[in-house]
Amino acid sequence: MSKKNMIAMILAGGQGSRLGIMTKNMAKPAVPFGAKYRIIDFVLSNCSNSGIDAVGILTQYKPQMLNSHIGIGSPWDLDRVHGGVAMLPPYMTEQGGDWYKGTANAVYQNLSFMEQYDPNYVLLLSGDHIYKMNYRKMLKEHIKKGADATIAVIDVPLKEASRFGIMNTNEEGTIIEFEEKPKNPKSTLASMGIYIFSYDKLKKYLIDDANDPDSQYDFGKNIIPKMINDGNKLIAYKFEGYWKDVGTVESYWEANMDLLSENNAVRLFDNSWKLYTETGIWPAQHIGENAKLKNCLVSEGCEIYGEVENSIIFPGVKIAEKARIVNSIIMENCTIENQVIVNKSIVLENSLIKSNNIVGDGEEIVLVDANSIVEPNYYGGAKK
Amino acid sequence: MIKDYMAIFNLGENENDIRSLTTNRPIASIPFASRYRVIDFMLSNIVNSGIKNVGIFSPSNSRSLVDHVGTGKPWDLNRKNDGMFIFHHGLDDLVNHDSKLLKNNMEYIYRSKNDSVIISSSYMVCNIDIADLIDSHEQSGCDITVAYKHSENANIDFQNCYTLAVDKTNNKVTGAGKNIGFTKSADVCMEIFVMKKELFVDFLYKSATNSTKGTLYNVIFGEINNFNVNAYEFTGYLACINSIKSYYEASMDMLDFNLRNELFMAGNRPIYTKIKDEHPTLYVDGCKVCNSLIADGCIIKGKVNNSLLARYVTVENDVELDNCIILQNCTIKAGSKLSNVIIDKNATIEPGTELKGSTQYPLVVEKRNFMNGF
Repeated sequence: MSKKNMIAMILAGGQGSRLGIMTKNMAKPAVPFGAKYRIIDFVLSNCSNSGIDAVGILTQYKPQMLNSHIGIGSPWDLDRVHGGVAMLPPYMTEQGGDWYKGTANAVYQNLSFMEQYDPNYVLLLSGDHIYKMNYRKMLKEHIKKGADATIAVIDVPLKEASRFGIMNTNEEGTIIEFEEKPKNPKSTLASMGIYIFSYDKLKKYLIDDANDPDSQYDFGKNIIPKMINDGNKLIAYKFEGYWKDVGTVESYWEANMDLLSENNAVRLFDNSWKLYTETGIWPAQHIGENAKLKNCLVSEGCEIYGEVENSIIFPGVKIAEKARIVNSIIMENCTIENQVIVNKSIVLENSLIKSNNIVGDGEEIVLVDANSIVEPNYYGGAKK
Repeated sequence: MIKDYMAIFNLGENENDIRSLTTNRPIASIPFASRYRVIDFMLSNIVNSGIKNVGIFSPSNSRSLVDHVGTGKPWDLNRKNDGMFIFHHGLDDLVNHDSKLLKNNMEYIYRSKNDSVIISSSYMVCNIDIADLIDSHEQSGCDITVAYKHSENANIDFQNCYTLAVDKTNNKVTGAGKNIGFTKSADVCMEIFVMKKELFVDFLYKSATNSTKGTLYNVIFGEINNFNVNAYEFTGYLACINSIKSYYEASMDMLDFNLRNELFMAGNRPIYTKIKDEHPTLYVDGCKVCNSLIADGCIIKGKVNNSLLARYVTVENDVELDNCIILQNCTIKAGSKLSNVIIDKNATIEPGTELKGSTQYPLVVEKRNFMNGF
């Protein structure tokens, strides 16, 4: 196969258990997001827009939804003659088989996939982050500084720094120390989980790591610290813009709400860096006679007759005239009947909420499971 | 059997009454219902029946059509065997010489393995069960089957369309003419024909060699009494896009829940179109949207009433749109007030503009040619 300057490897095998029932049937990168997308669309679109045309996606936890969403990659222009997208689940060999034991081990088990492209650089990404970024610029920096590895970092508030992997750098931006979730952070540069490695170095360290029985086979815990200790040149690439790891239900909800303004920091409406996705077949959305829409994102196939405020509405959702949706996320193909209030809730796909229900009190986020039929008065609708 | 059939689109359609929307495109690629093009409907009908071999014969100003249908992927027609074939080189005046274009590309018709054809125009917008039509054709044992819709409003609708004389006792077509609006009641020909390939080729040669008859349909209708012609009645929603007025009315029909459902949801037969990767539509605080059909990709801050917005339309503050059709990529700047207006693609309406048409005579702002910007 033809040589590639840089290929991308996307880690998409995690469960994301803190997202609760949202990841009951799918891996976290496959969770729907932003009124018509899935979380992994962000990194895939970034790859496509950055001109990266060979991508491996490492899957492990419930990959079926990811497989069907990504298919042969055509929405991201990744159905290519040379390269394209490949799903990389764990596999059997003559010696038996192993699950992916960690992020580094997952990539190690796919050395042969990377080898076929004879790449100069490998871009390592997480499939569950929300951001728009040009990886070409990062590669330029990597080459210019003659680095062995480049790690994208973002400035976080000092009080939050202890939740992240923190990079301590010198004046030139060279990383001198990496601390995973430090109690007393020395800097506020948090790792975004985006790495560019010079391939020869990556290969060497992956093989060494795989032969180390005491390793946890993790990039953050093993590979990166070892590379720093051995005196390799690792640099921090500072990213300015929106970036969010939607690790919890709360942060998932927040990241969705972050989209609700014309000049949102995510740059959702920036058509020069489009977000691509696999779309269903829906006609245009219809807004009824007495509908009230205030600050919301609505997608194709919706029939909206009621009141919708500060909310994210996925394709094919029907909202009856006497229903009110506030601060909520309603996923594909849901129906909300009359006399229903949905407040700060996430209603998963194909659900029906029948009349006389008040879902959510505006405090804790309420999740309504996929394919559920919520009978009248299930949540109670007397108080109004 | 569906697999015996191929489809031929004959797009030499009369543009006389819809010129302002066809200066840059054939009727087939006029945008319709916010996110579709006229041809999407018949093309989806054909594909939904299971037909996998589609030839599109188009007039020469077909850049926009070719751009829209591409390799046929949205209709699942990017196939290794069969699939979509576009023939758009050749003659300017396809209305009078459609059969010459078809004849020039006879090799495709001969080489196709199917022994029967379904011939169709694009401008009859409907959701019709083509598999059922073919069933009816095969059961009738007739040489030709033609689809029609009975109209009780033909003095106003379906102007200049072919009409059929149908013997309702045996569903046979006994004659054909044109609707010039003299009678309320008419059986309107939907320009969907089913026949054997041999017979079709025969008609083609006749129309190509006989210049007095010209178009393919005229030749078929001219010989209608020499054949057994089965009439297939369609009772669903049908719009005929052949004038600005009918385009405007059909667009406004799409604001009706039932008509929209008849067109988009009939028999679980979806309508496919080109994918544009537009973002979801943002309704900004302060907007007021009432009874409107809106595509993805819009940003709406003003008032939109009884209107259709295509993809990537921006409606700024204090704008009032009433009974308007705004096509792709338009920006309506602050304070503009438009009623009964059709704005073709890429236009920017300057702040404070007031434009007014009427329901009988909607005002059309023609497509902005990007060349003007240089």
